[in-house]
Amino acid sequence: MDYLSLTEARDALRRGETSSTALTQAMLDRIVALDNDLQSYLTITDELALEQAAAADQRRANGEDGPLLGIPVAIKDIISVQGVPNTAGSKILEGFIPPYDAFVVQKLKEAGAVILGKTNTDEFAMGSSTENSAYVTTRNPWDLERVPGGSSGGSATAVSAQMAFAALGTDTGGSVRQPASLCGIVGLRPTYGRISRWGVVAFASSLDQVSMFGRTVADCTALFQATAGYDPRDSTSLDVPVPDFAAGLTGDIRGLRVGVPAEYFIEGIDQEVETAVRAAIAKLQELGAKIRPISLPHTRYALPVYYLIAPAEASANLARYDGVRYGPRLPGADMIDTVKKTRALFGPEVKRRIMLGTYVLSAGYYDEYYGRALKVRTLIKQDFLNAFEQVDVIACPTSPTTAFKIGERADDPLNMYLADIFTLSVNLSASCGLSVPCGFDSKGLPIGLQLIGNTLQEATILNAAYAYEQATGWHRQVPTLTVQD
Amino acid sequence: MSLTLQDVEKIAHLARLELTRAEKAQYLEQLSAILDYADMLNELDLEGIEPTAHAIAQQNIMRDDVVMPSLPLDDVLFNAPQQAQNQFLIQSVLDE
Repeated sequence: MDYLSLTEARDALRRGETSSTALTQAMLDRIVALDNDLQSYLTITDELALEQAAAADQRRANGEDGPLLGIPVAIKDIISVQGVPNTAGSKILEGFIPPYDAFVVQKLKEAGAVILGKTNTDEFAMGSSTENSAYVTTRNPWDLERVPGGSSGGSATAVSAQMAFAALGTDTGGSVRQPASLCGIVGLRPTYGRISRWGVVAFASSLDQVSMFGRTVADCTALFQATAGYDPRDSTSLDVPVPDFAAGLTGDIRGLRVGVPAEYFIEGIDQEVETAVRAAIAKLQELGAKIRPISLPHTRYALPVYYLIAPAEASANLARYDGVRYGPRLPGADMIDTVKKTRALFGPEVKRRIMLGTYVLSAGYYDEYYGRALKVRTLIKQDFLNAFEQVDVIACPTSPTTAFKIGERADDPLNMYLADIFTLSVNLSASCGLSVPCGFDSKGLPIGLQLIGNTLQEATILNAAYAYEQATGWHRQVPTLTVQD
Repeated sequence: MSLTLQDVEKIAHLARLELTRAEKAQYLEQLSAILDYADMLNELDLEGIEPTAHAIAQQNIMRDDVVMPSLPLDDVLFNAPQQAQNQFLIQSVLDE
């Protein structure tokens, strides 16, 4: 690929050095050459992409410009694109063709972005490795024996391996930040409500948020800017002004108050991850930030709270898959039997979470589990509000480890859930968060620094990440991949 | 072990999931382990703490009560496994 980042490709388009059609064809060629091994795309929309590229070139010829005009991007296969299959990584949505575009896809189309295809995901976004996809196993571009993280692992691999300039994912408990960390790219999870969920397959409605990947902070910001905004069709969408985020990337973080929570440097964290993250925090200090220790005392409860609330919401959301209006139907003796047989198409992790959620919402257990989890969620949210009275940004690791091996945690759900231990609290509270590359371990696997901001303070964490990125240059390192002839 | 096999079967019925014998045994073990882990929450004194259902609570979101175009019928029925007379077709639910 001639251009490392979305921003470089955009500048080349503006200078007339290349066209959207040429960029799109180069991306499609690269996908053909690499994705047999990497398995990041479930559907490649090559015809649509080339049509959109030609239209973008025409718009540019007519004097139009814009940060995404003619830029090829990828979409997680849980976000609806009209006329293109949307599986959510599940057999229960096999063959489903959405009759409309998600809000974020409408926005991308208006901006003139080119859609290369739909990327692999853990089934219904439930997972931390993308191994729970009912279709394919996505590989980490830095080591093909390892997972890319998840659930948005297809999008992360696509951006990391330069098979898209940027990509959309969703982040319910860390599903964009954690794969961004494991694949060595930038992943932003905006504040809940900043982006409409309309047209996105629901997993846990109080936690789900459309989120994005880019090679650089500026790339991620471009996708965020284009998709943020109020949408009356999502009643949780926030009717608030959207700042000019790109203009906020000054790289000046002098005086920025950065909090380091003791609870995020615990036993079980990989030593090389801790070393890299501490070095990154020292770099922020060198750049003028004021570092201070803080406490988020209820951190250890985030995991059990999340694994009660998210399955509870999922069990209600996934009740709609009954084989009546869409998806396959497996006929049984009567209607209830038909529904039960059809729903056996869900994969093991989804069934596990539906079972767990059904149990914690059932009569007699609601208060003991679900009700209690909602109260502890209040305490976790309060921890963050207290912290943000003292600091502007919280800095910590994104993931306790670098990428683990395919199959290593597949049979142990609790161990797999630990992969999200540092990201879940952002979703449970009203915070926003991102992961930015901060080095490599001795195996050459990427490490991510997580920066967490207060409600709607994406501009603050984006600028801190930008300052760090510009001072270090980790984003210029790309995985070595052999292109097959 | 906080669950029994009967609990697992009851939950599966409530969730309308057909499970194999092996799945029931596996979920019995795994769900019990997860629920035991969640017992950690019993350490906390939650007296007087209000529950949080949403990160950012919004209430009574209203929209104007005006007719908006909806999806064409063909688009709505396109994905249905079975349809007849412009409707979704299912097995009879009530006995004759």
